[in-house]
Amino acid sequence: MAQKRRDFIKISSLSAAGLIFGAQQLRSAIPPYSQTELGDFGPLSSQRTPTYCEVCFWKCAGWVYKNQEGAIQKVVGNDNDSNCNGRLCPRGTGGVGMYYDEDRLKNPLIRVKGKDGKQTFREASWDEALDVVAKGLQKVKEEHGAECTALLTHGSGGHYFGTLLKAFGSTNIAAPSYAQCRGPREVGFIATFGEGLNSPEPTDIRDTRCLVLIGSHLGENMHNGQVQEMSDAIDKGASIITVDPRFSTVASKSKFWLPIKPATDIALLLTWIHEIIENEWYDKDYVERYTYGLDLLKAHVKNYTPEWAYGITTIKPEVIRETAREMANAAPSVIIHPGRHVTWYGDDTQRLRAVAILNALLGSWGRRGGFYVPEKASVPSYPHPEFPKPQRTWRDAMGGKYKLADLALASGVCDATIPSPDLNCSIKAWIVNGTNLIMTLPDQRKTIEAIQNLDFMVVVDTMPMEITGYADVVLPECTYLERWDDLRVVQGREPNIALRMPAAEPKYNTKPAYWMAKKLADKMGLGDYFAWNSMEEMLDWQLKEVGSSLEEMKRIGVKNLPREYGALYFRDGEEIEFNTNTGKIELYSTALAAEGFDPMPKYTPHMEPPAGYYHLNYGRAPQHTFSRTSNNPNLTDLMDENTLWVNPKVAKEWGLKNGQPVYLENQDGVVSDFPIKVRVTERTRFDSVYMVHGFGHANKKLSRAFGKGASDSQLITRVLVDPIMGGTGMRGNFVTFRFEKESEVKS
Amino acid sequence: MRYAMAIDTKKCVGCGDCVVACQTENNVPIGYCRDWIVEVTDGTYPQLEIEIRSERCNHCDNSPCVRCCPTGASHYIEGGIVKVTPHKCIGCGACIASCPYDARYSHPDGYVDKCTFCDHRIKQGQQPACVAVCPTKCMYFGDLDDPNSDVSNVLKKRKYKTLIPEAGTKPQVYYLI
Repeated sequence: MAQKRRDFIKISSLSAAGLIFGAQQLRSAIPPYSQTELGDFGPLSSQRTPTYCEVCFWKCAGWVYKNQEGAIQKVVGNDNDSNCNGRLCPRGTGGVGMYYDEDRLKNPLIRVKGKDGKQTFREASWDEALDVVAKGLQKVKEEHGAECTALLTHGSGGHYFGTLLKAFGSTNIAAPSYAQCRGPREVGFIATFGEGLNSPEPTDIRDTRCLVLIGSHLGENMHNGQVQEMSDAIDKGASIITVDPRFSTVASKSKFWLPIKPATDIALLLTWIHEIIENEWYDKDYVERYTYGLDLLKAHVKNYTPEWAYGITTIKPEVIRETAREMANAAPSVIIHPGRHVTWYGDDTQRLRAVAILNALLGSWGRRGGFYVPEKASVPSYPHPEFPKPQRTWRDAMGGKYKLADLALASGVCDATIPSPDLNCSIKAWIVNGTNLIMTLPDQRKTIEAIQNLDFMVVVDTMPMEITGYADVVLPECTYLERWDDLRVVQGREPNIALRMPAAEPKYNTKPAYWMAKKLADKMGLGDYFAWNSMEEMLDWQLKEVGSSLEEMKRIGVKNLPREYGALYFRDGEEIEFNTNTGKIELYSTALAAEGFDPMPKYTPHMEPPAGYYHLNYGRAPQHTFSRTSNNPNLTDLMDENTLWVNPKVAKEWGLKNGQPVYLENQDGVVSDFPIKVRVTERTRFDSVYMVHGFGHANKKLSRAFGKGASDSQLITRVLVDPIMGGTGMRGNFVTFRFEKESEVKS
Repeated sequence: MRYAMAIDTKKCVGCGDCVVACQTENNVPIGYCRDWIVEVTDGTYPQLEIEIRSERCNHCDNSPCVRCCPTGASHYIEGGIVKVTPHKCIGCGACIASCPYDARYSHPDGYVDKCTFCDHRIKQGQQPACVAVCPTKCMYFGDLDDPNSDVSNVLKKRKYKTLIPEAGTKPQVYYLI
């Protein structure tokens, strides 16, 4: 086997001094107080600092409070923030754990090779580390062109590194949150309504009368504002229809739970469309006024009867009819929810098209209780020179595929990094910011192969995630509680802005992303793109442009602005031009037809597990975000490992007991690094197992997360790529149980 | 005055936010908790039900923990809140053994600790931390003697139960069912 460019380096081999210091930090994480004061808990310091959360992508605005000793004590939601309404979720409340985690990255690290050829990390000064990064990127530019660099990113730091990369001459900027998550629904909704959903989704859940969830486990995925509104809707008597092979938490709160056979959702959706058209339950005025292609759709779904769907989905025909009627009775205050992580089976854009079509037929788009018309504040960028125009991008490596992708594909960048004779672009350097690609991208072998082909990789993170072990340079970022960042500008019922400012000095030798990017820009002769002297100066300039100021925002944290472009819902009979080829909501997609794809969704059977194997289903727990929180001391206290949900019938067949650790082997012979404890439960189907994503970390430096539970990412080696937009379908993997690992048998 | 809490099992998703918020509000050390989540599944696939409850000290009207405390550390304060005075507590554990709800734990500093209904927040006109943070707004807190309090109102409208009523402790945390 060829020698690897990169040996995986466990950061744990670093200084023992750091470890001891870390332990002391943890003890001081619990602010001391005298026992006698417990009855009358002393007042917190009156000082509070505005922030918005970075533990997930919902970005709830809040306040950071310190105790009398000046240490960060708690984070509480901002009452005026529509993303959270003063209530953070467990992860946001537990965000303090991100700050106090003693396993954090503490110093810049540079990969060095010893005399024995062994690769290790050496601690370096910021100046030295950033020099290595600047030189690494410059060298790739000289040898291959600036277009051969890419940024893979998640979170707020991405903007600064994005600016740096664009100034450098590359637009290869991709976030796994697109092709590994919500991309298909954006493309499916753009093809239908001429616009995507973005974040937070403009679902008017608080006023809905019927909420339909297709595999979306709201409440387990803790999308704060939506969970809050779902609770309001329950209070107001809304009905919930949940389609999920697993009895999810929200299934238990639903009027109808449809325990569907995995991978057959499109059959159910087409049948609902059939029922609504055949019974003329659609919104006739809305459909006539706003949509294109009803007759074509009617002919297309003619044979998709509930009896047809029964054999495929295992959902009884009368239940399909009753639920279709339930939705129609609630229309237009009905939401067939688009979900968020929707890269499942490779025909995901088409499934989301079916979801969009159902919403269109019921007239819920632009209507109260359906989807509202969101607005977003327009905040100008700080002036900078124009970016150079790159000669080529990652798209040039895709052979003309995925043209309908409206954002860059992280998996596409990965593909464009692995040399191939067909490629016209081969990426040679990655900047990785805040995303643990090893657990984010499917097929770890391919990700690692791509990394081995890089000339240079720099990783920016707060934690020693697996990806850091492959880096040439690791840059330790301070947490969101210790830094300034861009204003939060997200869409909502009202345009709004939120401020994040540091509540404490950065711990250890960590720095904010904006500081790193600006310093790098200076070193690379691109300083003009970061012309501001300080974040305070930049933010104050931006805020004054929108009629506020830094001084005001420090006081209020969140500012809601008046709507500028019209009403929250369509007015009766309003003339609307949709951003599609026909100017209408396209039930028949002319854009998909033009690209040679099915203009209307079809049901295609997917592979079924062989005997003894089970669908590997995965999802979220409300206490965790991806794999990034699995070492957070506050959140591991709630949940420190995932379990494998197994139906009691399956458990009996295999002799599995509750709590018994098992290894999992997938259809390609990949065995999980670590065993996972079985949870025997009626809540999952006999043909599937389920686990929460983000566990089974293999880096020992993550002292609380290492070896806890299994990693679904590791077992996702069959990737079903969506031909329309390149989304990586991850639900085509099957697993079976192994009671010991081969290596263990040998030893 | 009689403080009480009502928790809507139909809205609770068991996210555990109440647990973290209590820890960061009250300096509960990591590894310990004053409130916790219980999830009960009934039935067989696909005829299933789940009840999810956020549980804590029930601040009972007839508290075995107060009765059995040898030092008077466990006591009632205004509104029926059961509290522990740490410097009077000798850590004997009698109260832990007597509580049918397992609501008390031994704090590593050597005394017994439990939910206080966040009386320090109530004094400032705030809700307990768990109630204030809950994303599903499934918790209601207030004075049962005030017919217009949140908790009185919701108990008028909804069916409810208490936990282990047969223990005769007269618990003051109500579960809406």
